[in-house]
Amino acid sequence: MPLISLRGVTKAFKSGTVALESLNLDIYEGEFLSLLGPSGCGKSTVLRIIAGLTDTSGGEISWRDQRGLGFVFQEPTLAPWSDVFDNVWLPLRLNHVSRSDAKPRVDEALANVGLTGFERAYPRELSGGMKMRVSIARALVTKPAVLLMDEPFAALDEITRAKLNDDLLKLRATLGATIVFVTHSVYESVYLSTRICVMAPRPGRVVAEISVDPNTNRDEDFRLGPYYAERAREASAALQDAMGSAKCA
Amino acid sequence: MSRENIEDYLFPALMFVIVIAAWELFVRVEHIPTFELPAPSLVIETLFKDWNTLFDSLLVTLSTTFEALIAAIGGGVALALSFRLWRPLERAFFPFAVVMQVTPVISIAPLLLVYLSSGEAVLVCAFLVAFFPILANTSLGLASADHNLIDLFELYGASRFQQLWLLRLPSALPYFLGGLRIGGGLALVGAIVAEIAAGSAGSGSGLAYRIVESGFRLNIPRMFAALLLISVTGICIFLFFTGLSYLLLHKWHDSMRTRER
Repeated sequence: MPLISLRGVTKAFKSGTVALESLNLDIYEGEFLSLLGPSGCGKSTVLRIIAGLTDTSGGEISWRDQRGLGFVFQEPTLAPWSDVFDNVWLPLRLNHVSRSDAKPRVDEALANVGLTGFERAYPRELSGGMKMRVSIARALVTKPAVLLMDEPFAALDEITRAKLNDDLLKLRATLGATIVFVTHSVYESVYLSTRICVMAPRPGRVVAEISVDPNTNRDEDFRLGPYYAERAREASAALQDAMGSAKCA
Repeated sequence: MSRENIEDYLFPALMFVIVIAAWELFVRVEHIPTFELPAPSLVIETLFKDWNTLFDSLLVTLSTTFEALIAAIGGGVALALSFRLWRPLERAFFPFAVVMQVTPVISIAPLLLVYLSSGEAVLVCAFLVAFFPILANTSLGLASADHNLIDLFELYGASRFQQLWLLRLPSALPYFLGGLRIGGGLALVGAIVAEIAAGSAGSGSGLAYRIVESGFRLNIPRMFAALLLISVTGICIFLFFTGLSYLLLHKWHDSMRTRER
């Protein structure tokens, strides 16, 4: 039974743009699901609907059990006036957890993303990759059952991105959270995911699903091996089909 | 101190000394009468000689300026918060705030003198000019919070008070301080303009009144001395709020940091 189930979900904006049409999507506990698609196919809208940040125009969303959510945006989205500790403390603070009670959990979240010792630094003193780590630590501090990530590494350079991909996989192995990851990178989606849903634009819908063996080690050998190349070719072909299938206005 | 830092202070100071020396020289060489243009040395001499009178007037102007500024801060921030918490209020009141801002204070002053005592009228004029930049900047700041952070607060079920205290107020702080720097200077301008209007009506003892009075008596050195005090007051107000902005923003806001090249 899926953890989250979206059935016939439609989202139309006031401007008349139909972002999603009759979208069906099941998210299973413990999986790493990537939503892969070109810009404007409604990937981010799916995340926002799951997070309850936007309403649907139709369809249903059901949760097996309503547990915590973490959200990582495309930008680090840190409060610039707060230091690293206070930024990570924020979700707990909003739930009335005092600074002293929150400290062990904030310290643990920062240790998980390799930022121990940077508690007193302000966001502007950090590199792009470090800011994104703070953003991930903030999402993890509440120990969410589901982590929603909206193209979190899109603005980073290739080296930082590869490092953060590896770190994210390690975190997932440690924490066991279900992750829904939005990306437009075929290679990133194959490297990280256990399942890829390819979305097509105008209107946004899921047009293909690709499974990636969850038992394979995700390392440099995986990235250079034939299995990875085959899955990437499959995902790329599905993406090409999806872009070709857009219903042009 | 680096060479660039020394140059930053040295060049303006040097230019200031050159201008003052040229002024002094021009007056002495050309034998300009003091009722036309007094030499800087005479202005300083007059400042010391008339210090008691001028200082009393300075206190009056300063008192008006700061009372008006405190009222403008209280009123501007309270109204901006009310606008944020209840949007129909913004639609109802904002046109009035704009009308108050665009109507020149010098044209309102005589009308206020009909209804209020000269002291009250001066205070209201100074308040009116300082109020709008604080209201407008604070309103803009409260509306400028990062939309993703607003989503984040919503995701974690933040109350309206938490959103205001932890997100909107810190987001608005640089805008508010910008408004304060403008409003601080304008409160002085408003006080001076209103004092001139009130002074011409026959009462008042602020610095502007001293300027008008000195003009009537052709005591131009005292006029310059009063002007000097007004300028120094304006500079002090500006420096105070710039320092306050630095204190509150230098750790995190781009406007208060310089990048090493």
